[in-house]
Amino acid sequence: MHIAEGFLPPAHAVAWGVASAPFVVHGVRSLTREVREHPESTLLLGASGAFTFVLSALKLPSVTGSCSHPTGTGLGAILFRPPIMAVLGTITLLFQALLLAHGGLTTLGANVFSMAIAGPWAGYAVYALLRRSNAPLMVAVFSGAFVADLSTYCVTSVQLALAFPDPGSGFLGALGKFGSIFAVTQIPLAVSEGLLTVLVMRLLVQSSKGELTRLGVLLAKKQPRTETEAVTR
Amino acid sequence: MSRNTKINLVLLLAVAALAVLPLVLGLGDHKKEPFTGADGEAETAITELKPDYEPWFSPLYEPPSGEIESALFSLQAALGAGVLAYYFGLRRGRRQGEQRALERQADEALTGAAGKSAAERD
Repeated sequence: MHIAEGFLPPAHAVAWGVASAPFVVHGVRSLTREVREHPESTLLLGASGAFTFVLSALKLPSVTGSCSHPTGTGLGAILFRPPIMAVLGTITLLFQALLLAHGGLTTLGANVFSMAIAGPWAGYAVYALLRRSNAPLMVAVFSGAFVADLSTYCVTSVQLALAFPDPGSGFLGALGKFGSIFAVTQIPLAVSEGLLTVLVMRLLVQSSKGELTRLGVLLAKKQPRTETEAVTR
Repeated sequence: MSRNTKINLVLLLAVAALAVLPLVLGLGDHKKEPFTGADGEAETAITELKPDYEPWFSPLYEPPSGEIESALFSLQAALGAGVLAYYFGLRRGRRQGEQRALERQADEALTGAAGKSAAERD
């Protein structure tokens, strides 16, 4: 999903940067508040960022005969909510843009929007909905991570189709083209990401029960989290 | 092997199978260059859709060769894996330490005065 450096026209690059900036700024605020109020969560924050680091470096072969990589953003979004994931994702994308020439500074805004904002929010929404309808934790975790991964690549396809509409068939034609490159390739990888996120969540349930209860992933009582709780957190 | 460990292993195996199957089934055979990156294919698609498009900015630093690039990617994965391993190792160690402390307390409570005097000698 990394749009390469210079591959978005300047107007699009600026627009996506402007769209992403408030999410990242708000995320930095949430992150500093989380660390100040719960210094013990720093370790788990680091682990969530680390998960994104590993997964976005793993280029895996897919059914379309090309390679792509998972994003690893579902886990952090589920644990710490999407605003904080926006910051962790941005750090990963910056690392790749600066050191690996993967993605870029001019396309950072667009890449942040797809991988660090849209993906985490979509994944978290699915996770929260399933949890509220009393789905088992691991089903919700798998679905959340799957959706976070796949929606990231759908957003990238939309971004590219907006910037480069097909001369004949316009936006939709280009969307089909980029979608077949990104979204179809991504489906098995999104399954892999879902499975890996479930694996890490299982290990966390074994090792960090207290932490997960505080974050609202494991429920102290039998009652599911209500709307207001989710908003105030 | 506990049931938990078995489930975790099955999860890992499923991920490995998903990665290996496209290779084994030769799903890239219809392509001139099988298993290239989707990001690169998107760049090709852009130049097809708009042949006169010129990237207007180039990366500040570009790894000089494919080897260096893969080294940097491995570094990224290694950093992440290292932090994750540290996290889970630390948690496991803490849990074991707490358990031992509890056992020791229980032991001392059982032996009573003997345990106390041993503690005083220390």
